[in-house]
Amino acid sequence: MTDQDQTYNRERFYQLLMGAVDHELTSNEFNEFNHLVDNNPEFRKELEQYKKLKEVTQAMKFKSPPKEVWDNYWMNTYNKIERGIAWIIFSIGAIILITYGLFKAVEAIIADPQLEGIIKIGIIAILLGLVILLVSVVREKLFVRKSDPYKEIQR
Amino acid sequence: MKTEDEIDERSIILRCQKGDKQSYGRLVEKYMKRAYFTALGLVGVHEGALDLSQEAFVRAYRSINMLDADRKFFTWYYQILRNLCFNYLRDTARHARPFSDIGDNQVDNIIDSSQDSSLQVEQNELKEAVWNAIDTLKPHEREIIMLKDFQEMSYKEIAESMDCPIGTVMSRLFTARKALKNKLESYFND
Repeated sequence: MTDQDQTYNRERFYQLLMGAVDHELTSNEFNEFNHLVDNNPEFRKELEQYKKLKEVTQAMKFKSPPKEVWDNYWMNTYNKIERGIAWIIFSIGAIILITYGLFKAVEAIIADPQLEGIIKIGIIAILLGLVILLVSVVREKLFVRKSDPYKEIQR
Repeated sequence: MKTEDEIDERSIILRCQKGDKQSYGRLVEKYMKRAYFTALGLVGVHEGALDLSQEAFVRAYRSINMLDADRKFFTWYYQILRNLCFNYLRDTARHARPFSDIGDNQVDNIIDSSQDSSLQVEQNELKEAVWNAIDTLKPHEREIIMLKDFQEMSYKEIAESMDCPIGTVMSRLFTARKALKNKLESYFND
């Protein structure tokens, strides 16, 4: 057998090794793999090591939590879903009220004849800045949401 | 050809997409254990695993309309869960307990049940060594071993869950198992 053949066999062995350990080879691949293993004791030894490793890892299990965890699992998840919806509704209400309050405040400031012009400008500038910041943050969030494949994940 | 279970799951998903929370409850109850243990395998903390698996169900519910009803729910859900888990690991810089603390050490079951005390000692050593070795693997290596050997998922299911080709699953699995085998050299290279 030439060096080139040996290199090819080794590469092929490693390509098929995991499939053999996990019984995921097609019948043709299985025959090819058996042929490789039958003709190389080193390959056989390595196959046995990986089989033994899988036997051990497959038999290891996590401790199960108390039964109550499973009994309450859906109820806790349901509560979280419900609270999420409640927060969204609450936020919408708060945004509407805050926006209305700000609008009324600006209206009152502009209409107040006793307030100096410079103070009116200052207050309006602060409110305008806040609105621009809010729009900018919302736009950025929406843009990230549209282009991010992991948009379900909170950053 | 779809199995009865797949047809049933499809109809449940369609009902969930119409806003039926009780149907979603059936999905959650079907997959909660798998979800919890998968998260536990990734983050190594009971409270974290419980919270993250539930949070992933909440997010999955919010996005359920984006799910193709012909697709398996868990493989789609798993993508949400794994991202949450990896974010959690990144944010907490992993204060996880050693895996030997959360493992059930069922390796007893696969070794001859003889009462030979020297063999028992050897088994306990092996159990401890395997959990410790798993604990020191890189998160992505641990993930693929968890999916294949703990969750007993097929290559096809893993490929769908991780959104990668089957060839990539095989090569990642080989890398992970090789790393694990190297850490357990004294047990596996005799």
